[in-house]
Amino acid sequence: MAQLTSAQRITGLRATPSLLERIDLPRRVVFVAAASMVAIVALLLAFIAWQGIQLFVKDGVSVGTIFSATWNPLADGGPQFGILPFIAGTIAVTAGALVISTPLSVGLALFLSEVAPSWAKAIVQPALEIFVGIPSVVWGWLGITVLVPFLADTFGGSIVISLPIVGRVFSMPGFLTGFSWLAGSLVLSIMVLPTITSVSYDAFRAVPQELRTGSLALGTTRWQTIRHILIPAALTGVLTAVVLGMTRAAGEALAVQMVIGNSPTLPASITQPVTTLTSQITLDMGNTVFGEPWQDALWTMSLVLLLISVTSVVLVRMINKRRMGS
Amino acid sequence: MLLNGTRRFGALAVAAALVVTACSSGASPSPTTLPPTSTPAAGTPSVVTSASATASAAPSVTCVTGSITAVGSTALQPLIQDAATAYQGHCSGATITVSGGGSGTGLSQVAQGSVQIGASDVLAASKLPSANASKLVDHVVARQGWIVVTNKGVTGVTNLTTAQNVAIWTGKTTNWKDVGGPDLPIVLIFRPQSSGTRATFKALVLGGATEATGGQTLTEDSNGAVTTAVTKTNGSVSVIGFSYYNDPNNKPLLNGLQLDGVDATIANVGGGTYKLAADGNLYTNGEATGLTKAFLDFMKGPEVQGTIIPKDSYGPIAQ
Amino acid sequence: MTATRSLRRRSSRGSILADRAATVVMWATGVLVLVILGSIILHFALAAWGVVSPSFILSDPSGDTLGGVMPILWNSIYMLVLTMVVAVPVGILAGIYMSEYAGDNAVTSTIRFAEESISSVPSIVVGLFGLILFVDDLHIGFSALGGALALTFFNLPLMTRLSEQALRAVPQEERNASLALGATKWQTIRHVVLPLAIPGLITGVILTAGRVFGEAAVLLFTSGVGTPPHYNFANFDLTNPASPWSPLRPATTLSVYIWKLNSEGLGAFKNEIVDGSAAILISMVLIFNLGARFIGRVLTRRLTAA
Repeated sequence: MAQLTSAQRITGLRATPSLLERIDLPRRVVFVAAASMVAIVALLLAFIAWQGIQLFVKDGVSVGTIFSATWNPLADGGPQFGILPFIAGTIAVTAGALVISTPLSVGLALFLSEVAPSWAKAIVQPALEIFVGIPSVVWGWLGITVLVPFLADTFGGSIVISLPIVGRVFSMPGFLTGFSWLAGSLVLSIMVLPTITSVSYDAFRAVPQELRTGSLALGTTRWQTIRHILIPAALTGVLTAVVLGMTRAAGEALAVQMVIGNSPTLPASITQPVTTLTSQITLDMGNTVFGEPWQDALWTMSLVLLLISVTSVVLVRMINKRRMGS
Repeated sequence: MLLNGTRRFGALAVAAALVVTACSSGASPSPTTLPPTSTPAAGTPSVVTSASATASAAPSVTCVTGSITAVGSTALQPLIQDAATAYQGHCSGATITVSGGGSGTGLSQVAQGSVQIGASDVLAASKLPSANASKLVDHVVARQGWIVVTNKGVTGVTNLTTAQNVAIWTGKTTNWKDVGGPDLPIVLIFRPQSSGTRATFKALVLGGATEATGGQTLTEDSNGAVTTAVTKTNGSVSVIGFSYYNDPNNKPLLNGLQLDGVDATIANVGGGTYKLAADGNLYTNGEATGLTKAFLDFMKGPEVQGTIIPKDSYGPIAQ
Repeated sequence: MTATRSLRRRSSRGSILADRAATVVMWATGVLVLVILGSIILHFALAAWGVVSPSFILSDPSGDTLGGVMPILWNSIYMLVLTMVVAVPVGILAGIYMSEYAGDNAVTSTIRFAEESISSVPSIVVGLFGLILFVDDLHIGFSALGGALALTFFNLPLMTRLSEQALRAVPQEERNASLALGATKWQTIRHVVLPLAIPGLITGVILTAGRVFGEAAVLLFTSGVGTPPHYNFANFDLTNPASPWSPLRPATTLSVYIWKLNSEGLGAFKNEIVDGSAAILISMVLIFNLGARFIGRVLTRRLTAA
């Protein structure tokens, strides 16, 4: 868009701009509105950071100890605020969600951009938008009433994969309860599916049509075009989509807390309960008192969450800058 | 075609209006036993006499107009909620808003002055720094009892002794067959470590022993979530409040256990033979005044202690 | 080009087979999404059959009978309106800046960074921020105002981005023509660009409203979790927490109510109430989404010279 400063009235009676026009009130007002977002982020960072460092500043806990794997605020020898199980759990559940949903999402995005006839698009796109709108508590409720019992009933006991001739190839203990890492990842994967799909879809649509037609003119099939031309061309967009999905998954609190079992130990197996930063905060925040070290530890965990999300924004910018540069 | 649609719409509208009227007239019953009194001026307490059909004496409710908020323990929330509804039924000028948020939230907010009543399962002194805790005044309005429950699939187990509880909850005993049940692994369902319920159980039954962690344990954040988890998980055991055990939705799906051979009943809590019980503490910042005082007195009064508390499965305070 | 080299190596029969298989897989993902969504809607429609009725929507919660969700539904709508009253003007103004005035400089870059950051922040962190600010520091306790402000903070980037998109969609020719006729920049925006962008802006408002309506994690820590008392709608005293019109009272909304019932719900009808509330929520999401599309399409056709 051309950069225009306030244009003077050509047909006005004054040759010089009036005071009001010189102030350019509209520009300032809308600038304040846009800049308010900067103020909001600054406030958010300030408050959460201030509260998050109280654990170290006020309660005298040293920064290194929070990276231990022992979380026991009621330990006899003094409270232990190791938050590693929560960080590891967040990573585990998020990674699981991405592994499940990324292939599906990219496939769906390709479907919408390359394969679907317009009538199919007109059905699937609104469906995706509705998906986005379903509140997280509803996903959690579905998880706890449908998914968790299903996992416990169907895959309780042992999970064994046997092939003919070779025999037992793989066996692991099954779901003791349905509350598990896998349940959390499944619920999260449905929740991030629309995000990854829509951003990937935009990325595929942005690829110039000439690349497709050029490839097809050489005699390739559509799948070959997609695989060798389209996906590499849209790669930064797809990566951005995955990072955005990861952020959404890592930040989800309520739905995840209802189905993962919340056992404050390092993630051991996909059939076993895990814990995450968000779920522990939800569990303990209401039972702890403002100002006590236990709650300060929870604020530190919120700060970690905030840092994760800001890092992912920086990551997305770096990915896209590389695309601009190349 | 148009006429049919209009007629149909008109009929639906009339029907809807009828349904709405029928439902809304049933929703807010006015206490018919109260004789009308003069409208009280704002803030002036007026005594309303109610001739209750069951009580022999004539209990009186002090009505103060105004609005207060009670926040805190989710274990006490059902009781406070029902008492608030009853009080507001007697006194139309009073508004009592009841929120949950946990014992910690209740203590924090009443200490900061944001709410008038903070409900807590544990004593303020155990959580707040002493400077703040000393400002708070404790009003005990009920005794709460908790019961150890298992999933229905754990057949044959009707009682657990203290020693058995310790062995199970510290992870030494891992299969139900070791305590007379079927061959099922024991799944421990905890409340969060910060929960008052868990702290009380640990102190009164486990004697402070270190609880188990790891693959056979789950943590659920509240009574309701725990109850759902127990009903759906084979071999699970947990501790829930009496009101949740006696709830008609839940009771058929749970197996309630005796503790050291004593039934988990309100009578036994009152009699002192059932030891998994504690006071329900309602804290105010300084002495209670105005509507807060009137409501707390109402909660210690016969209607709440005699009718609402047994209905909600709490124990009355010693009179 | 490595692509053509690798393409030549494959046999044509194999690649046609792979193409067919890929097409099937991609269709399958489309079908899968529809199946999942359809089954969720069906699940709640069946579960809420017989629960959701005019009396359910209009009655107060009751301990012993099914009761209703009227005060909670009121709180959801109240919170929505209160949030949108702040978020929509600020969002549209910010969108105007980003689309019409912003230059390619560090300031704009910072604003965009802020916009993306807020979108990435977990909703629970925004709720906790509200907890510190409104509940702990300003001592106003749980309140609808605190909840609405936290929701505004959280949804401002979305509103801004959708407004910016709607404004950018207005063809540059319109602006040029207006400026060529001697209008100032602001006159152009006000009389030419904004009217043309209205369909897109309204779609943006409705989509943001849909997001606000379903939010729970933010409100859990700012506007409270409880069962509202019976509301007397004749009470217009805004400072009185008893009045349903006051922003200073705790206000439990539908999503938070579902969470509360799952956590501490008692009573024989708990599951039915949850299913009914979830059905109402999903219906509102459907209405918002489909409504946004429909209204957008109708308005675009009517207000622009098609």
